[in-house]
Amino acid sequence: MFGLAVVLLFITVALLAPWIAPYDPVATDWGAIRAAPSSAHFFGADELGRDVLSRVLWGARASILAGVVSVSISLLFGVPIGMLAGYLGRWVDALISRITDAMLACPFLILAIALAAFLGPSLTNAMIAIGISATPIFIRLTRAQVLSAKAEDYVEAARALGNPHWRIALRHILPNIVAPLIVQATLAIAAAVIAEASLSFLGLGQQPPTPSWGSMLNTARNYVDQAPWMAIWPGLSIFLLVLSFNLLGDGLRDALDPRHK
Amino acid sequence: MLNYLLHRLALIVPTLFFVSVLIFGLQQLLPGDPAIALAGEDRDPEVVAFLRAKFHLDEPLPVRYWYWAKGVLQGDLGDSVRIQKPVSELITEKLPVTLQLAAMAIVIALVIGLTAGVISAVKKDTWWDYGANVFALWGLSTPNFWLGILLILLFAVHLGWLPASGYVSPFEDLKENLASMIMPAFVLGNAFAAVLMRHTRSAMLQVLSSDYVRTARAKGLDERVVVLKHALRNALVPVITLGALGLGELLGGAVLTEQVFSIPGFGKLIVDAVFNRDYSVVQGVVLFTASAYILLNLLADMAYFYVNPRLRH
Repeated sequence: MFGLAVVLLFITVALLAPWIAPYDPVATDWGAIRAAPSSAHFFGADELGRDVLSRVLWGARASILAGVVSVSISLLFGVPIGMLAGYLGRWVDALISRITDAMLACPFLILAIALAAFLGPSLTNAMIAIGISATPIFIRLTRAQVLSAKAEDYVEAARALGNPHWRIALRHILPNIVAPLIVQATLAIAAAVIAEASLSFLGLGQQPPTPSWGSMLNTARNYVDQAPWMAIWPGLSIFLLVLSFNLLGDGLRDALDPRHK
Repeated sequence: MLNYLLHRLALIVPTLFFVSVLIFGLQQLLPGDPAIALAGEDRDPEVVAFLRAKFHLDEPLPVRYWYWAKGVLQGDLGDSVRIQKPVSELITEKLPVTLQLAAMAIVIALVIGLTAGVISAVKKDTWWDYGANVFALWGLSTPNFWLGILLILLFAVHLGWLPASGYVSPFEDLKENLASMIMPAFVLGNAFAAVLMRHTRSAMLQVLSSDYVRTARAKGLDERVVVLKHALRNALVPVITLGALGLGELLGGAVLTEQVFSIPGFGKLIVDAVFNRDYSVVQGVVLFTASAYILLNLLADMAYFYVNPRLRH
């Protein structure tokens, strides 16, 4: 419940950022350069005098957007490809499985960095890179679930009734494998939020001056001895959001999979 | 066992083939003329012409792949446009630094992860168990570059105990080297420790409820001997394989850790290459990492057989 509550809180903050942020997140103020937290700037100000609280609130947009969009990309490709592999079997399965192995052999973040580097630095490209890098996990999971569902009696019955393959796959198998996919998707959002922050930290995600937690931390690194608040708040936000998605994923797994209770 | 290993080895060939296709394919993502993009920022016409000839860019795609793959098989990962050195030489130069970082991180992760995992399983549903689970959630949810900045703030800025960044070779000054590597190694090991803790806990819980552990206890053996000698040894079997899968994350984490602490290793090589548009280096590093990962997982599978005699027959 804690996970769900914090996730909903962050989504609300991201949606309401234009109204609840006390300052314009990109407006510089030369009188407030690296100003310590005070009643004027609750979280302090950064190296250009921008309000850290406003930037943290706006930064929630990039993180949540990246988490949701990249995992949607992975689901969009991963589930149909995994279903093809699991349902059709034979050479289709062998081919898809080898490609999946190859993608999984490249460490997630390194593959995402390489893809983002070749696509060019931007939030959209970072989301595409993260989405592609996370796809093989969904291919593998879907394939495994389809393989076990295929052996169930209800699929056998649907086949005996003369249902076409596409109907068996979409109407009979897919609804029965959704639960583990939802759990994995929630945990994957947590990983995608960290990945987006990592790419932005390296300069490959959201481009300045638009706020993102990762790029805020990248700048904060240079001022850690003079303005530690620049590092504390964006980092804490990433931690809380990722923790909440992880808790939500664990909670969903317990709720949807009786074996984990 | 031999059949299984031969099957595993046979699967590596197509996997490596697809890895190479994937990495070769990265080049095709470059917008516009790859020769111009690969030439870096200078875009010297001579360099562009040289690259066009070198990468056979006027030839069809499969032919280009063939030339590239042939080079890779002969150890030619291309040349860095920026530093004017073969990529393989750059990797050999930077690898020892990352290997030291990774080795220290693994030791830290093993000590913390296995200890926390064993304690939380033995003391299931107590405050020890809850504490260990909170630690695992913390480890999995903390971005390591943030943890790095926080540790710099505490140990370098406030306490002044450790250097904030930089690297000293162990051959120059071992003490300085360890001082500069301990924080990054802890940062890198933190998340891996959390993964190991979770695997160790669930494996230990399974083993602790098995018959032979009950027998060992019934024999009147000391609880420490039961847990460490009888239970942990068997629980380690799945931890090895699952731990090996986590090595990929460790390599990815090294990229960020090296960036935070300005350590001139493998991760910094790929980040610098990305910003210098030195694409051959990016490709070379990804290819090397993927091959190393495949090899490590094969070794983990072999270790799995070695520590579990039942599987050998």
